Amino acid sequence: MTTATRPARSPNEPLVPFAELVAEGARAGAPAWLATFRRGSAERFTAVGLPTSKDEDWRFTPVQGLARENLGVVRRPAPVAPEALKPFLLGSERGALVVVIDGRFEASLSHLPVLPTGARIMSLAAAITEGIPEVEAHLGRYATPDVTPFAALNGAVFADGLFLHLAAGIAIELPIQVLHVSTGAVPVVAPRSLLLVGRGASVTVVESFASVGGTTGFTNGVTEIVLGRNARCEHLRVQREGAEAWHIGLTEVSQERDSHYRSFTLALGAKLSRHDLRARLGAENVETLLYGLYLGRNEQLHDNHTAIFHDQPHCNSWEVYKGVLTDRSHAVFNGKVIVQPVAQKTDAKQTNRNLLLSETARVDTKPQLEIFADDVKCTHGATVGKMDEQQRYYLKTRGIAGRVAEGVLIWAFTAEVLAEVTDPGIRETLEKLVRAELETMIG
Amino acid sequence: MSLLQVVDLHATVGETEILKGISLTVNAGEVHAIMGPNGSGKSTLAQVLAGHPAYTVTSGTVTLDGADLLDLEPEERAHAGVFLAFQYPVEIPGVTNAYFLRMAYNEVRKARGLEELDPIDFYDLLEEKLKVVRWGPEVMERAVNFGFSGGEKKRNEILQMAVLEPRLAILDETDSGLDIDAMRIVADGVNQLRRPDHATILVTHYQRLLDYIVPDFVHVLADGRIVKSGGKELAHELEARGYEWLTGVPEAAVA
Ligand SMILES: Nc1ncnc2c1ncn2[C@@H]1O[C@H](COP(=O)(O)OP(=O)(O)OP(=O)(O)O)[C@@H](O)[C@H]1O
Ligand SMILES: [Mg+2]
Repeated sequence: MTTATRPARSPNEPLVPFAELVAEGARAGAPAWLATFRRGSAERFTAVGLPTSKDEDWRFTPVQGLARENLGVVRRPAPVAPEALKPFLLGSERGALVVVIDGRFEASLSHLPVLPTGARIMSLAAAITEGIPEVEAHLGRYATPDVTPFAALNGAVFADGLFLHLAAGIAIELPIQVLHVSTGAVPVVAPRSLLLVGRGASVTVVESFASVGGTTGFTNGVTEIVLGRNARCEHLRVQREGAEAWHIGLTEVSQERDSHYRSFTLALGAKLSRHDLRARLGAENVETLLYGLYLGRNEQLHDNHTAIFHDQPHCNSWEVYKGVLTDRSHAVFNGKVIVQPVAQKTDAKQTNRNLLLSETARVDTKPQLEIFADDVKCTHGATVGKMDEQQRYYLKTRGIAGRVAEGVLIWAFTAEVLAEVTDPGIRETLEKLVRAELETMIG
Repeated sequence: MSLLQVVDLHATVGETEILKGISLTVNAGEVHAIMGPNGSGKSTLAQVLAGHPAYTVTSGTVTLDGADLLDLEPEERAHAGVFLAFQYPVEIPGVTNAYFLRMAYNEVRKARGLEELDPIDFYDLLEEKLKVVRWGPEVMERAVNFGFSGGEKKRNEILQMAVLEPRLAILDETDSGLDIDAMRIVADGVNQLRRPDHATILVTHYQRLLDYIVPDFVHVLADGRIVKSGGKELAHELEARGYEWLTGVPEAAVA
């Protein structure tokens, strides 16, 4: 069903034919298990629809306007030249590069090096076609359609993304890059990735989201990450879509005993971005580190919802999200930490700090700790403020003032979380990216 | 012409007058010590000279090399060669000492119309300056004062002073909380800077520092006024007799 022209609609009807798309997805073919998942997702989305401001989890993040957006109408991605990707590449050229254009794996732009036996990095669509049993066993088991309406939408319509599978003990040295590019051609860019990191295996995955062409676009991605016993995964997520983009993402992490998950998310682009990061600490002695940075200007809105489920005892979670906002930009942070009665000896710390550079920037931050165990250490802190006057004065007495001083102090504020990116090459690139963005913000 | 000339300086914070008419002349090449009970206004004087926005100068004048100082922003005073070593140095997480020092150095150079030093040349200079405080290069990669011990913070102030080579250095209790070795290092730092075209004001509570840095003049500040000035012997006298004979109040009651 590929239509190149937009059919006539009544003024009340949404421009984006979500219902049509979802129905199409639900009808999409075999295998049977996938058809069932798609149907379930479609039904869920049809039942709940786009969230409204009455929905507690979407109170500050108006997504209803999405239905009235003039989004692309074709079903196939537009071609993208390799040069167009260059500005978005991070890290070593020798590492695996998986390019996903408008939600579909693009082999001609990707670079998949020879991998050790037991490691697979490939298109999710190809993995489904090939009938890899792990795909069926895991896909949709974590980011279930009831997590968010957008998870349901993704489940109904996704076509492709990354499939990564590391058997026990495999360590991939170089970071794997997944570059999602949106061209604005299709109505919903819905990539879906599944990362299975086996027992004792380790990997770094960098997901970047970018747009080319500068038109309005809507990305609605889902990534499921499953860490086996003693597995390690560092997961970077860089959102730098165009100024007219809507960006919605869900990362759902499931952790086995002794595993270690470390995430860094950077939100720079889009006019509205929302990322839900949920980690289930489903066994003992799990470590979960979540770092985040968002920079907002103009009328941008960045929403980060995180949820850490301490389901078992002796797990640690550590979370630091920071934001710098100017103009009329708006940030939303909601950090849930849920400690089950059995999860004794939980050590959880959450921090959200915001720096406002203008009178009109705004932050809604809400820690949400639900603690049902008694022998735990859980703390949280949220701040929204201006630049530290003491620091500013100290710099002045050393001859550093004006924009230079401002730049230094804002940079210092962001550097704390950037420092948590382990790979030096990627860290440096991200630092440059943040510096450039801050310069634009300071003006 | 004197390097620093303070004439009948009055300053308030909010409604409260803290400096109640201070006059002080510091010539190039001199070291002045300012002593006095807690709360007498020593730090206030230091901060007013550096340009702290919390204090309002209500009357009096301050000139540096004959030019009005009070009209300048704190950074302009730094560019003109005023340096204050803080009693409580400020932490700046996320900015390395090396980066901070180079920036400060270059901002001052820029303001004076001099060429900036690139990182490599600056590093050579820094290596020399590190010797002054007897520090290795590791400290340069740490964030400014962040997680530094009290003594390390003071030493870091001296390092900044050594790099910036100010014309007028004001040290606010840089000796407090230092062990004997660290105090020597601070004293050496100050003595190295002691040149004919430079002056130092030392705010201190202890005679010990003045054994290492012998002052030309000692002033006693009490309740916002200089109540006595003298030579280096005055410090010894204060050590022996306390402040009561000058202020008429037992010292414990002043703080
Ligand atoms: N920013 C301020 N706000 C309110 N009061 C202040 C402020 N700064 C100084 N003061 C008051 O002014 C007086 C002088 O303080 P100052 O810090 O100058 O004393 P000091 O002589 O340096 O004392 P110490 O020997 O304890 O360091 C004190 O009573 C102090 O409380
Ligand atoms: Mg003081």
